[in-house]
Amino acid sequence: MKRIISILLENESGALSRVVGLFSQRGYNIDTLTVAPTDDDTLSRLTLTTQGDDQMAEQIVKQLHKLIDTIKVVDLTVGSHIERELMLVKIKAADHDIRAELKSCVDIFRGAIVDVTPHSYTVQLAGDSEKLDAFIEAVCEIGIMEVVRSGVSGISRGDKFLRV
Amino acid sequence: MELLSGGDILIRALKDAGVKDVWGYPGGAALHIYDALYRQDDVFHILVRHEQAAVHAADGFSRATGEVGTALVTSGPGATNAITGIATAYMDSIPMVVISGQVPLTKIGQDAFQETDMVGVSRPIVKHSFLVTRAEDIAETIAKAYYIASTGRPGPVVVDIPKDVTDPSYKVPYHWPAETTMRSYQPTDKGHRGQIKRAVKTLIKAKRPVIYTGGGIVIDNAAPHLIALAQKLNFPVTNTLMGLGGYPGTDRQYLGMLGMHGTYEANTAMHHADVIFAVGARFDDRVTNDLEKFCPHATIIHIDVDPTTVSKNIEAHIPIVGTCTSVLTEMLTIADQLDIESDAEALGEWWQQIDQWRADKGIYTQPRYEPSEGTLIKPQDVIKMLYKITNGEAIVTSDVGQHQMFAAQYYLFDEPRMWINSGGLGTMGFGLPAAMGCKRAFPEKDVACVTGEGSIQMCIQELSTCTQHNLPVKIINLNNAALGMVRQWQDMNYSSRYSESVYEDSLPDFVKLAEAYGHVGMKVTHIDELEEKMRECFAMQDRTVFMDICVDRSEHVYPMQMPGGSMRDLWLNKTERT
Repeated sequence: MKRIISILLENESGALSRVVGLFSQRGYNIDTLTVAPTDDDTLSRLTLTTQGDDQMAEQIVKQLHKLIDTIKVVDLTVGSHIERELMLVKIKAADHDIRAELKSCVDIFRGAIVDVTPHSYTVQLAGDSEKLDAFIEAVCEIGIMEVVRSGVSGISRGDKFLRV
Repeated sequence: MELLSGGDILIRALKDAGVKDVWGYPGGAALHIYDALYRQDDVFHILVRHEQAAVHAADGFSRATGEVGTALVTSGPGATNAITGIATAYMDSIPMVVISGQVPLTKIGQDAFQETDMVGVSRPIVKHSFLVTRAEDIAETIAKAYYIASTGRPGPVVVDIPKDVTDPSYKVPYHWPAETTMRSYQPTDKGHRGQIKRAVKTLIKAKRPVIYTGGGIVIDNAAPHLIALAQKLNFPVTNTLMGLGGYPGTDRQYLGMLGMHGTYEANTAMHHADVIFAVGARFDDRVTNDLEKFCPHATIIHIDVDPTTVSKNIEAHIPIVGTCTSVLTEMLTIADQLDIESDAEALGEWWQQIDQWRADKGIYTQPRYEPSEGTLIKPQDVIKMLYKITNGEAIVTSDVGQHQMFAAQYYLFDEPRMWINSGGLGTMGFGLPAAMGCKRAFPEKDVACVTGEGSIQMCIQELSTCTQHNLPVKIINLNNAALGMVRQWQDMNYSSRYSESVYEDSLPDFVKLAEAYGHVGMKVTHIDELEEKMRECFAMQDRTVFMDICVDRSEHVYPMQMPGGSMRDLWLNKTERT
């Protein structure tokens, strides 16, 4: 089962490597990882996704919490939450019909064409990972040149928040 | 305010952290620090002969005293040589601070001479690490390092200090923090009261209970609380390799060590138990054998200070996160308040059963190994003799292999912090430097390093440190002219194909070697002379003595769990199994 884990981390050198190292050291996989400072620049907010059953997820959360630099760790998957991922895709678009088809496809997915050349469109799309997967599937026959995904960022629904 | 250089600040901070001894080895990147050491008398430095030994010695000191051990090494090879020692301490949760010199900040990343990314290299084997980038940060970092190392589940902390940070010409005010708090690190102390109450009720109702305790009892100084609770409940107790001495080895309620080379009665009792009360233990693979077959009837109560240990290998029915001392104390209070009677009849039957197992196949009711033929010395008999001659009161360190298991089985530790061994990492070479650390901590006590001719050669250069710093330890070398535990496995699983486990023709003359370092060497080949020579050895209180004892080469360690079996599936000797 897919797990989305949110971590509030001291924004210090070496902190991220400890989180990443923990996963390889303990034999867990990281599927996606996003990290950036928060409004408080002494803190980093990190979201990572991984696969695992309940027991494994519990162990991952506990192991992450054990790292000295982590302040809070939450498995977002256990509650209602929002996940978003940003994707930039460069697609072959030399032919007039294909350009029209792509444009309508981007509209359906509520994306945006953010760069245009005579030979390609670059599309920007945000949403949950499944939506991005679906878009790639829809346009893959047209000819994808390049895909860049940010990895998942997540936040819990409702009034709960993760803060020091 | 007084202005000090980074080097002087470091030494002052060590003093303020309560450090008296530092084990170490100088080198380029650490020279400012060593100069600061030279110019003061508060912190004493003990020069070893290899950085691995510095860390093991600091580790031994810590295990014997409960205080944080301290090692100091230079950058590059000094730092990487320390790695095995740090990993050893990490696996056994030993509080320790390792300070490493680093190339100057301006050279980091340039593949400078003796540059190694110490924070990176040590990352998986430390509780935490710091790279100090300003002289102003040294004192606070040292305070944090000792705080982290010694609280929660203890462990080694690395403090990597670039050379320019300790530059003698750059001076800043010294400030030692009165208190250390960290928003990201707040270890749990007290367990959940509701869970503790549930645990006590479950224990009182148990019909076939076993208390299974590990190194946590020793580390947390919880032995008195464990003894009080175990004796109040009249429950059998078994200790892991790391927990030996946590419950008195000569007490009637003690079943001996459990696990791979544990006693028949301890392993069999675990298998049949209806309640297993695990305290400061971690269900290590050397204890549980096959997890699928582990203790099929048992309700598991598990106390540990580290939440990740609980339900990691075996799911706990009643998990309690807290220190052994605080939880056991609370359990005793609750047990006094609760108005429940234990099932005396069921417990009586359980003890009867256990006594039967002891009588049938226990190693303490009668010897389960072949008696010595002729003049041959049995390794087990050496340990028994050591126990007799030291009245069971020596601090015993060990290396890793058969001798370690014989020592664990036959030296009955009545007190914690008397048995010092590398249980988790299994580091050969640990014994001698660890013994130096223990002797430094307790000069008045006998310190014996039980070792083998394989392990001792991994840190034998430390005989020189024993000379320089007058550390009169006793080395009890069980010499079977082979890597005994490797050979035992080759006997059992590889049709006695002794691949690279024998080296008889090239062994040194240990007596001459000891003498070359200025110590006393003794060779013992006949069982009849063992007692006299060993008495002579321990009578020489101010000398380091190397006893090279030639033991039966064919001896195996038994009992031994069978791979893939349950806890009670054991080889009892070369031909008999359960």
